[in-house]
Amino acid sequence: MSGPREAIFPTRMALTNTKLRLKGAQTGHSLLAKKRDALMTRFRAILRKVDEAKRKMGRVMQLASFSLAEVTYATGDIAYLVQEQAKNASFRVKAAQENVSGVVLPTFEVDRVAGSDFNLTGLGRGGQQVIKSKEVYAKALETLVELASLQTAFMILDEVIRATNRRVNAIEHVVIPRLENTIKFIISELDEMDREEFYRLKKVQGKKKRDAEAAEALKKKLAIEAGEAAEESAKPVSVLVDEEVGPGDLLATKDEDVIF
Amino acid sequence: MEGLFFNVSAGFLEGILRGYKAGLLTQAQYATLTQCETLEDFRMQLSATDYGNFLANEPLPISTSKISDKATQVMVDQFHYLRSNAVAPLDKFLDYITYAYMIDNVILLITGTLHERDTHELLERCHPLGVFDTMPALCVATNVEELYQSVLVETPLAPYFRECLSASDLDDLNIEIIRNTLYKAYLEDFDNFCQSIGGPTYDAMHRILAFEADRRTINITINSFGTDLSKEQRARLFPTIGNLFPAGNNLLAKADEIEQVRAVCDYVAEYRHFFDAAASSASRGNGGAGDDPTSAIAATLEDRFFATEVHLNKLSFLQQFQYSIFFSYFKLKEQEIRSLTWIAECIAQDARDRIQDFITIF
Repeated sequence: MSGPREAIFPTRMALTNTKLRLKGAQTGHSLLAKKRDALMTRFRAILRKVDEAKRKMGRVMQLASFSLAEVTYATGDIAYLVQEQAKNASFRVKAAQENVSGVVLPTFEVDRVAGSDFNLTGLGRGGQQVIKSKEVYAKALETLVELASLQTAFMILDEVIRATNRRVNAIEHVVIPRLENTIKFIISELDEMDREEFYRLKKVQGKKKRDAEAAEALKKKLAIEAGEAAEESAKPVSVLVDEEVGPGDLLATKDEDVIF
Repeated sequence: MEGLFFNVSAGFLEGILRGYKAGLLTQAQYATLTQCETLEDFRMQLSATDYGNFLANEPLPISTSKISDKATQVMVDQFHYLRSNAVAPLDKFLDYITYAYMIDNVILLITGTLHERDTHELLERCHPLGVFDTMPALCVATNVEELYQSVLVETPLAPYFRECLSASDLDDLNIEIIRNTLYKAYLEDFDNFCQSIGGPTYDAMHRILAFEADRRTINITINSFGTDLSKEQRARLFPTIGNLFPAGNNLLAKADEIEQVRAVCDYVAEYRHFFDAAASSASRGNGGAGDDPTSAIAATLEDRFFATEVHLNKLSFLQQFQYSIFFSYFKLKEQEIRSLTWIAECIAQDARDRIQDFITIF
């Protein structure tokens, strides 16, 4: 009986229960393993996309900051004016949810509202550059949002995959062996009990036999003694004595039986 | 006749200025600058020019905005030296140069006041050439009415405000419209003033100012396509001293697309080639971001404008005994700072293919 097992009383009932649980654990294990594989596939796909998006982001951000340099060349510093005149967000991010084999992944979507508050910025000079820069930055932001969505999914999937892995491994290496051990233990205990019972019965039988023989011997002896007495005294008396001795003997044997 | 006594009052300053002018970066120096690998090299190359050690005390890494700030400071120092030595009418003329920057600064402060921000921190963002004595007072005003009634009238720009805008306008109108209204008033006023000086100054200055006016007119027209700026409002922003005025201005006020702008510019010989070249370069490079023809043309147009501005400003140095060289020098210097910032930006962002897109002066 090696390895840990559950603290359980070895009965047939417990054996049935444990067997059921072992079956459940095996089913759970195969299900979780499938889930893990599905998540892994998804995870790798996302990883590839994250890589692409990061490279793209580098390029796009460079373009964007360069377009800002163009604006500075044409109009000068417009940061403060733009800052103050922006009243409504024209670029919003919407969060949605996606379900990948039971894992809820947040996804972000871009929601652009047409029109803007500062479309007159650079009216006298460099307006086109301002508009162009705005467009380029909007595109850069879109890439960022895409990347954010991928990155979040990446993190969450990573966490979930780890948890699932932990569970799969736990079931495989802890729960299932323990249940198997328990089953072995119960079976061996039950066998042991069977043997003990058998031995006990044998023992009882032997004792009973011995007692019966002893009682028989006593009876015979009494009978012989009684016979001798009858020969000496009158018959009615001997009958009376015989009737008294019989029940007394029975009681004695009964008492011995009670011990068992 | 006026050339006889010019040197009595302004000869010294003209000499100084022509010296400054000789310090403007040349093509060869630009070529060396564009070869720089890092901003460190860039600074070293610049220290061999008239800029000297203007960046010497800057901690590394140097940002491009720092370079532009410091270069502007060099220009402002030169300006203040000239201004403090100037006598009438040159002092007034130099003041007029600062008004353009003042307009930008005042607009900045008005924006701050309108949005009820603490305007003191805005003072640092103001262009140093446009700083005037009463400017910090603008920060005192907390609402627009107060700003208009008690503060703006004290500024040198008061006449422009008085003529063009009322207190309620400041609240209602888009800040860009206010800026362009003021600028229009400024250009017209400056032109008037130059006319009062007369002679070769007016000849040279009118050429530059007329171009500036036309440039704003064309820009406003193109930039207001597709915005909520009405055509009447647009027409009111057009300066009335340009070569396009009045027929061209009227047509531009009604224009709806870039083709109409081109047709209007065809009437003026100097502007005709802007659109030809812009269109051809747009069709050549249509693989890039400019899929939209309007923006492509407008983007190259901006470069043409800058090139023409530089050309006109260079012309004014051909004549002596007149004031327009003062104006031209500072415009050229400004362009040079823009070019420097551009090159620095290209170096910093590693965009070598665009590094030649600046305008050399000499």
